[in-house]
Amino acid sequence: MTATIEPEVGKSRRRKEDERLITGRTRWTDNIALPGMLHMAVLRSPFAHAKIVSIDTSAAKGAAGVVAVFTAKDLDPDSSIGMPCAWPITPDMKAPRRPVLAADQVNFAGEGVAVVVARTSAEAHDALEEIDVEYDELPVILDMEAAIADGAPLVHEDQGSNTSAVWKFDSGEAGTGGNVEEAISSAEVVVKRRFRQQRLVPAFMEPRACVVDPTGTQLTMWSATQVPHILRVMSALTLGIPEHKLRVIAPDVGGGFGGKIGVLPEEMMSLLVAQKLGKPVKWNESRSETMLAAHHGRDQIQDITITSTRDGRVTGLKVELLANLGAYNGLVGTGVPILGAFMFNAIYKIPAYHFACTNVYTTTTLTDAYRGAGRPEATFAIERIMDELAAELGMDPMELREKNWIKHEEFPFTTVAGLTYDSGNYEAATAKAKQLFDYDGLRAEQEKRRASGDKVQLGIGISTFTEMCGLAPSRVLGSLDYGAGGWEHAAIRMLPTGKVEVITGASAHGQGHETAWSQIVADQLGVAFEDVEIIHGDTQSSHKGMDTYGSRSLVVGGIAVVKAAEKVVAKAKPIAAHLLECAEDDLEFANGKFTVKGTDTSTGIADIALAVFAAHNLPDGVEPSLDSDATFDPENFSYPHGTHLCAAEVDTETGRIKLRSYVCVDDVGVAVNPLIVEGQVHGGLAQGIAQALFEGTEHDESGTLTTGTFADYLLPSAADLPSFTTDRTETPSTTNPLGAKGVGEAGTIASTPAVVNAVIDAVRHFGVNDIEMPLTPMRVWHAVQHGTTDAGGPGRGEAGGGLGSIDASGGAQ
Amino acid sequence: MRITVTVDGTKYTDEVEPRTLLVHHLREKLGKVGTVVGCDTSNCGACTVHLDGHSVKSCSVLAVQADGCEVTTIEGLARDGQLHPVQKAFHDNHALQCGFCTPGMIMQSIDLLADNPDPDEQAVREGLEGNLCRCTGYQNIVRAVRDAAQHMSPGAGPEAERITENKHVGVGGD
Ligand code: FES
Ligand code: FES
Repeated sequence: MTATIEPEVGKSRRRKEDERLITGRTRWTDNIALPGMLHMAVLRSPFAHAKIVSIDTSAAKGAAGVVAVFTAKDLDPDSSIGMPCAWPITPDMKAPRRPVLAADQVNFAGEGVAVVVARTSAEAHDALEEIDVEYDELPVILDMEAAIADGAPLVHEDQGSNTSAVWKFDSGEAGTGGNVEEAISSAEVVVKRRFRQQRLVPAFMEPRACVVDPTGTQLTMWSATQVPHILRVMSALTLGIPEHKLRVIAPDVGGGFGGKIGVLPEEMMSLLVAQKLGKPVKWNESRSETMLAAHHGRDQIQDITITSTRDGRVTGLKVELLANLGAYNGLVGTGVPILGAFMFNAIYKIPAYHFACTNVYTTTTLTDAYRGAGRPEATFAIERIMDELAAELGMDPMELREKNWIKHEEFPFTTVAGLTYDSGNYEAATAKAKQLFDYDGLRAEQEKRRASGDKVQLGIGISTFTEMCGLAPSRVLGSLDYGAGGWEHAAIRMLPTGKVEVITGASAHGQGHETAWSQIVADQLGVAFEDVEIIHGDTQSSHKGMDTYGSRSLVVGGIAVVKAAEKVVAKAKPIAAHLLECAEDDLEFANGKFTVKGTDTSTGIADIALAVFAAHNLPDGVEPSLDSDATFDPENFSYPHGTHLCAAEVDTETGRIKLRSYVCVDDVGVAVNPLIVEGQVHGGLAQGIAQALFEGTEHDESGTLTTGTFADYLLPSAADLPSFTTDRTETPSTTNPLGAKGVGEAGTIASTPAVVNAVIDAVRHFGVNDIEMPLTPMRVWHAVQHGTTDAGGPGRGEAGGGLGSIDASGGAQ
Repeated sequence: MRITVTVDGTKYTDEVEPRTLLVHHLREKLGKVGTVVGCDTSNCGACTVHLDGHSVKSCSVLAVQADGCEVTTIEGLARDGQLHPVQKAFHDNHALQCGFCTPGMIMQSIDLLADNPDPDEQAVREGLEGNLCRCTGYQNIVRAVRDAAQHMSPGAGPEAERITENKHVGVGGD
């Protein structure tokens, strides 16, 4: 008699979140106004590196509307409060203290020096101008190689070096593969390259903000953060606030992309200031402040060596990185290159691998997680060098990939970096992508244009990628010296009316968890999608969690929801048996109903919820509640993959690039909501393409960020981007019950190398084998003119390269 | 200075400082927090509202310049519990993720459609050039605007009347 109910998982549900967002009834942190609330503004250093000689706040104290002015000495008289770093990657990693406010020295332009609290934000900002700081300038250190050279001036004099830590992995030593030096000395073909990952701004659209309310029994902090739970623990540890006296709320958050993962000095300032004044305090930053003081992403120099046989079997890969930390250790920025360390071998069977990264301090804004964190950098390097190797071998780059990738029947597969990929089907995704793209047709057109010397040349870029998603098994994080686990929590409360409250520790900032989690619960409990409410982002209601980053929400947090639902069903079962007067073993649960096998006698989960509420007739010893609590710690990462193909037209006379088509076929395992998956891929592609073509920070010699606003930093608009053709294959993950793999970062990871490979492919016959990102028309034009084999060109000074073993052929036109 | 502005159909008279920007007047004085601020260089478009029927970046208009004007914000679009066709199209086409750019995007899209009731993809992309979105990659936004155009074009039934009515009251009119 039970009608089959169409499963929710797999449906392109329109989002529950949208209603408030499209009508302007959203609760952003900056919308919060409390009685008596004061406003805090931060005075920031204009110098990248300087001693603070003196600070005179007397005029500011007397300015209109000003309630208080604080310097480091007022906020932190013992100079003891340092911002946390959760990832001491090596036992000897340097740990320079990052003060909440700079006391004696500033180490990047934008570091906080003093705060003003006033009645209005405008008054607070006005008063900043009245503060007189005398600085004594120190040498500016911007270049990583110069920073680690002998005799270089030091960012932190007391640390003795600008090298923070060196972290290594070697497959020979780890027993996961052979020795790279042997591979290099015996190789038939060796290709070396130096790639730069320029520094990027995460550029979430909602600037950072927080409000602290010290009135009442607890301190309450609203923050535009990705990590309310981590923020609470870290605030407690940093400031000594008893954890149970602090409640953190992440209301609606306008994007994060890793950029809102840090615990902020401004959050600590707000907590301190609000407590001192006994009044609610709001801090809300301007976009220019965000650009200057919120952490940046990427910023690596990558030296890559790949070896192969003449017929294209890869035999070894050696990676040496310099990673720019900026002036201090961020919350997890120290570990970002390590996340990449496991992904340089990508989807390929590589017998020998060596990785080493050197984390470097410079007098710049900190770097930390940015969409993909380490994995886009790794994917870029391997996908670019595969193209370079193919060129050296005179082989189609697709053929080279096919020759080296892990075959479908070889899964599960343990890679040279020591990870076990659970599932994948690179053949299927690639076949679909090639067909949608018309790979062969475009190659033929490319040939024609080359032969005719067309001024507009066509290039095809390939990126076949995988990533490790779902951060992360706690044991793995522990083995990498990360300071916390990777589990996630969920709780479910069945209400007497049959409605369901779901509490998740994975707090969203635009990804649509409310919709996807509702779909999962609807299927698990057999209730209506509309009857499920998702509660998140408040440490009081969602009391445990590890938050949202690293595409972990669904494959860790979503699975915790599944586990919690299973527990609800298990709890309901004896009650159902009692109500139906049968043995538990005689019951089966489907579509929200317990049915006595072989009969049509049944009771629904909503009926049981009501029976539990009334508690008139429960089995002996059963508590009157239909709630559950579950924590899920994954056994393994998940490994989405895909094939991205880009066709770029390059005007060889102007350097202008037009993306003619972009096709991607992603395999994210089972898609809970294909509409949301598609949206995530689109957004990810835009960010990855932006790294390839548009974005990048620039500093002048004095260390001033010259790309400090949206007027100078080229965030692409709708007019700058093409439409994408996206499709999917579905190879379920075998390591979680949903078969899901994660999608948040895929588009960003895969698209940067696809675009750069396409552009290089278009002009390779001019002798071009690298162009530094972002690929501005000027750089492309310069490369074409000079048939360059290095990454130089106007706009970024000396830009590495010249290590390639490929001869420039074709030359300048 | 004393100014009177009609916002989403309600008349407000207030004292404002000459330097106050319209967006701050809306948010801080009138509690119209549906309109948001994403930058300080008038580049992001998050603050877009309609001033006497035309889209403006409300961070680039002084509150005093709006004296005597009609302002429509995202909060004034839905009428009688009915979403504006552009709001509905954004929802239907999954044209938003975090939603921070969305109020400005919707207001700008309505203005764009008032100018060009049936824009092709390129026209939509160019018409939204002043509004930045970091989440969606724009593709679904473009789709939503074109979808809305279909629902608002002549002969499309009550939705079409809706845009006419809006023109009359200064929303999306030209
Ligand atoms: S806030 Fe007005 S354009 Fe950015
Ligand atoms: S939806 Fe997040 S910025 Fe547009």
